[in-house]
Formats: sequence, structure tokens, C-alpha cells
Amino acid sequence: MKLLVCIKQVPDMESKFKVNASGNWYDMADLAWRMNEYDEYAVEQAVQLRQQVADSDLTVLCIGRDQVKETMKKALAMGCDRGVHILDEASEQKDSYAIATLIANFARDKGFDLIFTGLQSQDRGSAQVGVMVAELLGLPSLTTLVDFSCADGVVNAKRELEGGTKAKVSCSLPALVTCQLGLNTPRYPTLPNIMKAKRKELLTIPAAELSPPEARLKTLSMAPPEKKGGGLILEGEPAELADKLIQILKEKTTVLA
Amino acid sequence: MKVLLIAEYRDGKLLASSSELSNFAQTLNAESAMLLIGTEAALPAYDGTLYLADIAQAGEFNPSVHKQLILDVIAKEQPQLVVLPHSSYGWDLAPRLAIALNAAQVSEVVEVKEGELIIPACNSKLRRRVKPETEISVVTLQAGAFTPSEEPSGSPTVIKLEATPNGDIQFNGYEAAEETDVDLSKAEVIVSAGRGIGKPENLEIIEALAKALGGEYGASRPVVDAEWAEHSRQVGTTGQTVSPKLYVACGISGAIQHLAGMKKSEFILAINTDKDAPIGEVADVLAVADLKQLVPILTEKLSA
Ligand SMILES: Cc1cc2nc3c(=O)[nH]c(=O)nc-3n(C[C@H](O)[C@H](O)[C@H](O)COP(=O)(O)OP(=O)(O)OC[C@H]3O[C@@H](n4cnc5c(N)ncnc54)[C@H](O)[C@@H]3O)c2cc1C
Repeated sequence: MKLLVCIKQVPDMESKFKVNASGNWYDMADLAWRMNEYDEYAVEQAVQLRQQVADSDLTVLCIGRDQVKETMKKALAMGCDRGVHILDEASEQKDSYAIATLIANFARDKGFDLIFTGLQSQDRGSAQVGVMVAELLGLPSLTTLVDFSCADGVVNAKRELEGGTKAKVSCSLPALVTCQLGLNTPRYPTLPNIMKAKRKELLTIPAAELSPPEARLKTLSMAPPEKKGGGLILEGEPAELADKLIQILKEKTTVLA
Repeated sequence: MKVLLIAEYRDGKLLASSSELSNFAQTLNAESAMLLIGTEAALPAYDGTLYLADIAQAGEFNPSVHKQLILDVIAKEQPQLVVLPHSSYGWDLAPRLAIALNAAQVSEVVEVKEGELIIPACNSKLRRRVKPETEISVVTLQAGAFTPSEEPSGSPTVIKLEATPNGDIQFNGYEAAEETDVDLSKAEVIVSAGRGIGKPENLEIIEALAKALGGEYGASRPVVDAEWAEHSRQVGTTGQTVSPKLYVACGISGAIQHLAGMKKSEFILAINTDKDAPIGEVADVLAVADLKQLVPILTEKLSA
């Protein structure tokens, strides 16, 4: 069984974000980078299937600058067999459609039985790329999965809906699935596996070789949201803070009455 | 400008997001038509043309059939925008439409400013102003961003559509959320733990504060996903919606899906080490502090 999992490297969301000099993206300098949280679930699910099915092979794909290889190494240490790095110095200027096209152009004719992606990325949060890859390749796609199994050429899964209801869905392979938070418990790579990952194949393909299309959506500008609420920000020593908070709760709420 | 609004219907009910769609069309001063794959028994309050396909015929969850029905109506109406809610229904369907239409897609619009669409980035710490470069584009709206100030009225002119069943995805029914004994919606005070608690043992200090305030403890999703708390404690879009007299968010960043479940609380206190955490947008007070230090002291002083 041939499996592909697509991951993205994103900044830690607790970072302090600054806007870049052109004013159309966040400044990529001085940020801590990690694997997109949703993709961790995708990698884990792909690795579990890889281990379940004899003679299967799992490729991890990531688009971006040279630094994304660090994140790919984590996926290799989690159990992917090989990596494909699509080198793109300015992937943040591409829209989801252009990113999806690069992935589809790579995956076309490679005979993947199942493609895993995260539901969305933490920085853009568009939830577009996975489904677009499937549509470009003419594959069925199941999204927002919180439960997954695959046997006899059929995927049986549960989609998460609002309020905690789930929809039970299924489709035949080949297919694509997008993974939601909580789908499984992503493993921590062990030290021996981290060492082993260093010897795994990691192929780099320049994005230009995969016929990237023009973006259909342009980012005109990026900025912090305008502060709407006049909420109070309190700083200081914990003991002092606690006294102030109790004072405020006494004045502004009835719960301490 | 002309927009086509795609209403959402699930399990026998028309979802409230349909009024947000028509309010969005009004915000744009656009002419609109609506499409509902639902039933005649649950029509939206909407003044205008409503294309109606029968859900029993189209399938409750059948993206291929729904996509084709929408494409057929687009061919008739020739809209510049196709608008869906940014929900499990909308974000599943929108990219399918965008690819079929060679259209740009704009996800989770929160605001329209000078005719331009604004979407969030980086857990709402940033906003992106975007511009579609295509003649038609597909957009989804953040839940709650375009709630009309008044209940909509009006009755639609219905045009019926026939669905041709096909598709490669099978829908095998719903599974309801688990029933449990904690009912957060009744609590007057809720103290919630987020990923910022760091480890499951720290849930105890959250519980202790909840007790000192005479309330219940809740949790954000990562805490539930990690199985440190049960799902019935989860506050947010895929958990409970609560509006207590006091909501204390400890180590919770304030993702939109969490805010949707608690922003109507009467008073919101956030405890977070990150001064820029988006929870600050809805909090009445943001105490910038390590919860591991502040929460126990607060509990102690309250119990004294
Ligand atoms: C379709 C969908 C549905 C979702 N439904 C829900 C839902 O129902 N409910 C929900 O909660 N989420 C939901 N989410 C997930 C949501 O997007 C966020 O990922 C989640 O809310 C983040 O939880 P958090 O704030 O606890 O963690 P994080 O975002 O990781 O934030 C942790 C916070 O803790 C702070 N912190 C760290 N250490 C400390 C410390 N020592 N003291 C004080 N503060 C500290 C950090 O500054 C940070 O702000 C959903 C997502 C999707 C896509």
C-alpha cells in the first residue's frame, strides 16, 4: 500500500507576531517553528496504517524553505519511510490552490492509495489544501476525521460536526482524508528512531519543477486586529494580583456575595 | 454584485447560519439568491429566490450531489460570490466548488472593510485583507461574525430542484455526543483549564479554584483530547456553549472555536502568560501571570 502524508511547518502560536516589511505576511524571523498540530494527527494515523499493512510505504511531503526539513525529520522519526521536500522560498505568497496544485502535480501518477493531510494549518486556518488536492486528482475525500479505520480497500471514518455529533462516512480507495484534533494520540519519536530517521531518504524537488500556477487569492495586507474590547490588563506579583482580582470580582460580579 | 448563499440543514433542522448568510449579502449591498438542500417544512425567513432540493433525494451528507446542485444553480444565477458558513459542512464543500469553478476561495471571513474581505491568521493574532483574482469566488463566513441584529423575516419564492443521486462517499448515519451527568450550562461559575496547565496533575488547582468559587470546572479541547478531562467538560463549538456569571479561562489562548462557547459569559477573567493571547479580546480582565502560581494563591485567599 502506498501512502502519502502532507505536513506543514508553522510558527508556534504563542509567538509574538510582527508584520513583515512588505506588510503582507508575518515576519518569519525570530520565530520558533514546529509541525502543524493537525498534521501530527495525520502523520500518526498514516504511521499506524503503515505498520498495520505489510509491504506498505509511507512518504512524507512538505513544501517550504530549507528549514522545513527539521520538521520533516520529526515525521521520519515518527515512522514515515521517506521524505519529499518541495523547495519553495516563498510558499507563504502562494494561496491554498497553488499549494494544492504543487502537491497534486507531485502525487499524480505515483499511485498513492491513501493521502493524509491535516484539517487545516494553524497559521492560515483555511481548511482548503487537502480537499483541493483530492479534487485536482479526482479522488474522494473525507474531512474533519476524529475516527479512522481502513480495511479491504475501504475507509470507514467519523467526521466531527458542531456540538460533538459525529457523522459516520465511508469511501473506497484511492482516497484522501483530512485529520482533526484528537483523532489519535501522536507518538513522541524515540531516540533510536530519531537516529534512524537521519539515514532515511529525503529528496528535494524545486517547486518550479512542479508547474506552480498563479495564486487566485492575493494577500493585500496583514495586521493585528483592532482592539475592540476595553478589557483590563493586569500585571504584577501573584499575591498582589490575587488581591486585585478578588476586589474586581466583588465589585463587578455577584459570585462572591 | 450578485451572491449565491448556501444554507445548511442537518438532521431535520435548518441551521441558524442561514440568517448570517443573508446578513452578509446585505452588508455587501448585494443582490442574492439562496440554495437549500433541506425540506419544505423548514424554510428560512428570507426575502428572495430560494432554490430547494430535497435532502432525502440529495443525501444528508453527499458532497458530490450537493456540489452538482450548487454548480447547476450557479450556471443559472451567475453570481460573483458563492457563500457558505465556515462549518463542518461549509469547509468540506467550499474547496470542491472552488476547484470545479476555477475560483479563488476565501475561508472564514470575519469582516468586510471598504468592500474587502478580512480573514483571521495565526489563531486570530493577525488579520489578513485578501483579494480574489478570479471572476467568481467561493467564501465561507466565520460563525457569529455576521449575526443579524434582528431576527430576519420574509418568505422565499421557492424553485424546486431535482437531485441525481451519485457520488463516491457513503453516509452511514449520525452518532450523538455522549450523554453525561455534568451540565456546565447550569453552573454560575466555570473555571476552565487550557493547554497552559501543562500536565494533568495541574487540573487539581483548577478544580480547587472552581470549588472555592462555588462552580464547576471546564476545559478547552486539547485538555479533553489528551484525556485529562471528559468531553462533557469541553467548552466550545464542538463541546458545550455556556454563559455563566463568571468564566475563568486559565491557560487558554482564545481560539475562535473556544470563544464561540463562552463569549456570552457575563464576566470573563483570563489568566495567561501571553499578554497578546486572543482571549484578551473577550476578557473583562486579563491577568498576565503563570497560572501555576496565581491560581493556588487566588484559591487560598478566596477560601480564607
Ligand atoms: C473544527 C474545530 C472545532 C474545535 N472545537 C473546539 C472546542 O469546542 N473547544 C476548544 O477549546 N477548542 C476547539 N478547537 C480547537 C481550537 O482551535 C484550539 O486549538 C484550542 O481551543 C486551543 O486550546 P488552548 O487554548 O487550551 O491551547 P493553546 O492554544 O495551546 O493555548 C495555551 C495557552 O496557555 C498559555 N499558557 C501557557 N503556559 C501557561 C502558564 N503557565 N500560565 C498561564 N498561561 C499559560 C499560553 O500563553 C496560551 O495562550 C476546535 C478546532 C477546530 C478546527
